[in-house]
Order: sequence, then C-alpha cells, then structure tokens
Amino acid sequence: MSSETKQILTTDGIPLEVSLKKAEKKNKIKAFLLVAPLLFFLIITYVFPIGDMLFRSVDDKMVTQMLPKTFKAMETWDGKELPDEEVFAAFHEDFIKLVEDKREGKLSTQLNYTKNGFKSIIKKLRRASKKFEEGNYKEQIMSVHKRWADVEYWRAIQRRAPEFTGQKYLKGMDMYVNEEGKIVSVGEDRRIHRVLWLRTLEIAFFVTVFCFLMAYPIAHLLATLPMKYSNLLMICVLLPFWTSLLVRTASWMILLQQQGIVNDFFVGIGLVADDNRPEMMYNKTGSYVAMTQILLPFMVLPLYSVMKTISPSLMRAGKSLGGTPFVAFWKVYFPLTIPGIGAGCLLVFILAIGYYITPALVGGASGTLISNQIAFHMKSTLDWSFASAMGLMLLSGVLVIYWLYNKIVGIDNIKLG
Amino acid sequence: MALPKYTEPHYRIWHYIYLTICGAVFFFLIAPLFVIFPLSFNAEEFLSFSDGMKRLDPDAFSLRWYKDMIYGTKNPWGLAAKNSFIIAIFATIGSVILGTVAALGLSSRHMPYKGLIMAVLISPMIVPLIISGVAIFFFMAKAGLAATHTGIVLAHIILGTPFVVITVTATLSGFDHSVTRAAASLGSDPVNTFMKITLPLILPGVISGGLFAFVTSFDEVVVVLFLAGLENTTIPIQMWTGLREQLSPTILAVATCLIILSTLILVTAELLRRRSERLRGINQ
Repeated sequence: MSSETKQILTTDGIPLEVSLKKAEKKNKIKAFLLVAPLLFFLIITYVFPIGDMLFRSVDDKMVTQMLPKTFKAMETWDGKELPDEEVFAAFHEDFIKLVEDKREGKLSTQLNYTKNGFKSIIKKLRRASKKFEEGNYKEQIMSVHKRWADVEYWRAIQRRAPEFTGQKYLKGMDMYVNEEGKIVSVGEDRRIHRVLWLRTLEIAFFVTVFCFLMAYPIAHLLATLPMKYSNLLMICVLLPFWTSLLVRTASWMILLQQQGIVNDFFVGIGLVADDNRPEMMYNKTGSYVAMTQILLPFMVLPLYSVMKTISPSLMRAGKSLGGTPFVAFWKVYFPLTIPGIGAGCLLVFILAIGYYITPALVGGASGTLISNQIAFHMKSTLDWSFASAMGLMLLSGVLVIYWLYNKIVGIDNIKLG
Repeated sequence: MALPKYTEPHYRIWHYIYLTICGAVFFFLIAPLFVIFPLSFNAEEFLSFSDGMKRLDPDAFSLRWYKDMIYGTKNPWGLAAKNSFIIAIFATIGSVILGTVAALGLSSRHMPYKGLIMAVLISPMIVPLIISGVAIFFFMAKAGLAATHTGIVLAHIILGTPFVVITVTATLSGFDHSVTRAAASLGSDPVNTFMKITLPLILPGVISGGLFAFVTSFDEVVVVLFLAGLENTTIPIQMWTGLREQLSPTILAVATCLIILSTLILVTAELLRRRSERLRGINQ
C-alpha cells in the first residue's frame, strides 16, 4: 500500500489528521478562553499577593536604605572591636539625613527588633547630634550613651545590612541569630510562638478526633435510616452548616458563661456547687467545645456521602459468613468508609488549624491559636513582614498535610456532599 | 431502624446505646441554635433565663431588643445590613458569572492543564482564611481599594468562586453534551445555545453555587475585618465587635434574624439539590 491511499482527506482536501488537530487546538483555546477570566482574576488578586507575602517576609531593605553610607563603610570592618572613625562619620551623615526626613523613629523601631535598647539611645543621639561639632564623630557619638561605645550594638547594626533576611521565620520559631551568627533559641520563658504552634496543632488534632468520634455514628444512622427520617435528621446537620459562624459562636458564649445554661444544669444536677461554677469559656475548653460543634457538619457530610454508597447487603454477607456484627463492621464496613474518614478529617483539621474567629471570642488567652497571633501582628503591632512570615509557615504546613494526604489516601478519593 | 426479632439481648442493648449516642450528638449540633430564640425575647438585660421566663410569665418576654435593633439610637445595624446585602449581592453575581464560565471551560475534555488550573481556582477555599485575608489586604491596599465596597466585593468574589466552580462542574459532569451539538447542528450560535439549552439544564447547580457564594460573603468576617473601614461595616463585623465588647441581647435579636435567613437558604438549597438529583436521575 502506498502512503497516498492511507491518507484520508476531508472534503476541503486537507488531510483528516491535520484538520482534526486544528479543530482540537481550536477547542483547547476555546476551553482556555472560558477559564481565562477567572484564572487571571485570581492570579492578579490572589496568587500574586501571596507571592507578595513571601517577598515581604524576607524583605529587609528598609534599614539597608536608611543607612547606605554606614554599611558601605562597614564593609571593611571585621566586627571584632569598635569600628573606625570612618564608620562613625558615615553613620552620623546617614543619621542627620534621617533626622531631616523625620525617619529616625522608624530606624529605632527597626534596630530595636534586632537588639533591645536602641530606642532610647537613638532618641538621645538625636538630641545630642544638634550640638555636634564637625570632626571626631567617634568620640562625640560614644559620649552620648555608653551603649554607643559597646561593640555589640554596632554588630547589631551590621547584621541589618543585607537586603533580605530570614529572621522573621526564625522569630516565628522563637529563634534568632546571635552575636556570633549562630541560630539559637530564645530563653525558655520567652518562647511564645512555639507554644502557639503546638497548641494550634493540639487543638486541631483533638477537634478532629472529637468530630470523628461524634460524626461517625450519626453519619451511619443518616445513611441507613429510611429517606423519610434521614431527611428530617439531616436538617440538624445542615442548619448549623448554613448558619453564620458568629451566631453559633454567640450561642456558645451564652451557654458556656459562668451564669450560663450549661453551668446552671451542672449546678442543678449537683455536679458542681453554686459558688464554685467552673470557667468553661475564655480557655481551651471553650475553644474545644465550640470548634467541635462548628466543624462537626464538615465531618458528617463526607462520611455520609461515602456511607450512602455502601450496600447494606455487604454487612449481611459478612454476618451470614459467620462474623459477629462487630467483626462484620470492623472487617467489612469500616474499611469501606476510609475515603470518607480521610476527607472529613483532612477538611476539619485544615479548617481548625487556621481558625480565627471562634478562638478569639471564646478562647481567651490560653485558647488562642496561631491565626490570632497573625491577626494581632497585622492589626496591632503592624509588623506585617512578621505576620506574612507566620502566615506562610502556616500555609506550608497546610500544603504539607495535603501532600501527605494525597500520598496516603489520594486527593481524588475525596468526596464532598 | 427496627431490630429483627431474633436479635440477641446484648446486641439489642448495644443498639439502644448507639441510638442514644446519636441522639446526644444531634442534640449537641442543633440545641445551641435554639438557645438564642427565647433569650432574644428577654425583657431584661441579662443573657440567661430570668425566673419570669422559666415560669413562662408573658411579662418576662418582650420585643424590646428587636425594637432596639431597628430603631435604637446610633444603631449600626441598619447600615450594616444594607452594606451586607449590597456586598453579598454583587459578590454573588460576580462569583456566579466568573465561576460558571470557568466551570464550562473546565468541563471541556479539551482543557489543557486541568489539574493545575483547578488547583488554582479552588485554592481560596483550601488556604486558611487568615492567610487569604492578609494576602487580599496587601493587594487591596496597593490597588487603593482598602475600605471601599469595591474592594470587599472583589475579595468576596475571590472567596465565593470556588463554590460556584465546584457545584457547576459537578452538575456538568452529568451533562449530556449531545444536546448542545444538536442545537449547534440546528443552526444555533454558541451564546444562544448556552442561554437556551445549557443554562436551563445546569441552573440548579448554578443557583446552589450562588447560594454558597452568597452565604460565604454574607457571613464572611476574617477578610472583611482587614478591609473594612467605618463606612463599610457589615453585619458580621458588627456582631464581632458586639461579641468582643459586650454581649447585649440586641445581638441575639440579630442572630435570630440570621438563623431565620439561613433556614430559608437551607430550604432553597435542599429543594434545588433534590431537583438537580431528579434531573440527573440519581435517585429515581
């Protein structure tokens, strides 16, 4: 057979293969054009800003730009003893410029992040610098305050020379770079962030476990009851699901307060004395109870949709082959529900790990999570680069969980409603 | 779920324990919502049941807090409700349009890099809200849209579209593409085909996605806390402020209204879901 007879032509005389490819390509472009508006919208308003967070979290140009001459002069300084007159003169020049622009306050805030004690000595230097005479700046600056004569402070300034830094990430793990350039942990009593990370993991883990233990029986009941009853009971799951988070949190605040209904009930049945009502809110208990109830529907729905597909005859077969109901359940039913368990646990864990509103309202000081810390730095201390760094640490944690889940269960096995 | 007559006693006991556990969990799920109802009619300023209420004395109940919600002095709820509805409606429209069109493209078998693009499109649902909030705030601040309605609407479109994309793609998975080809072969142009054939068939999915987007926007508080100024206050922000500062019964009145609203949305969503299942022939 020759090659010409093999080739099929369309009515236009173009080979079919070419024509098909062309049509295929056209369809591809068409499909992409439909997705394009949303895709580009999200890339611009969402994906890039997350990249921007990454940039902000390592960006340290501020000090670099405030003291350009100082850092230039410091290039030859070995950092062992006090720098030469040249560095002091350059620092003076930079500083005068900052005072003119009224930016010396920002410098002191920034340097104070690196080493405590800069705030006051920069204030003193500003006042003294007005009376400075030309020449011999080293003597003059050192006479303002004894810390200016301390080589540690000059090393601290030098550490701010690079344009990029990972120190915000270290700070998020309660670590810092010490004078020798080694990474060390902060003192025991100041490790607030590690406590928060651990608490976040702990609360997310236990909330997931509680949700699972509570959701499994009711999902099973919903999946096995006749439609007529299960639809009615399903409302108990769906109504909280559709109700505003704040409304649900508010109801827990009413229930758990010291004069609240739960406490009244405990007093009523004689569990606790009236004058000794336990604190159930503004601590971990509050976070646990409220978060479990709020996240429970997210566990029930995937479990239910998986259980719905399991034929009841499988359990009957298990029993007829000699298994007790418990064995039949454990060996037949339970393994079939694993995709649902995986999806539910993943969902609840990831939602819990980033929870913000409920812990902030019912968690008190001992029940707040890492998200609350991020919000605190965004809104109160305005240390946005630190908030970005912690946000990205949290995000990478979430992505690792997804990755692990995908490895173990497979993301395609997720079933939602 | 009646037990067969031959069930052995200890399984019978176990079965009743199981039902009791289920009952307790259902109670745990739904009961907290019903605490709010009676307390919002409290005649007094306390957030617990007064003795009068326990005796069902009619004088212990009043509409005082509802009046306060509507007519109260320097009351923020009117403005908040107006803003919430405006923002949620525009965010829903935006999410539905962008999400439906994207879902149409994603459901095409010609779509290149489907997995990757899907991951980007639903990422706002996966990423913890606080991170989305920080990122969106940075963008809006740069674009000069912080503390504007436009900024909040755009933010809520970002958060709402994943739901639309997911529900509409799910609806389209059972969609028979030969009907659109039939329409095309009968001379209909793509836009006409979409409006007359595709849209009516996928409408339940589109509407339930829209409901999700609406609720997401209407309840959203994390992102809006970063973005909103005094002028853009919404119901969730007011509730947040109220809950932080002092729990007043007025909040319970608002909460009751919100529960009624969510009940309405739930009923609509359920009816739509059943209709769509019927159309796709899942149950019957």
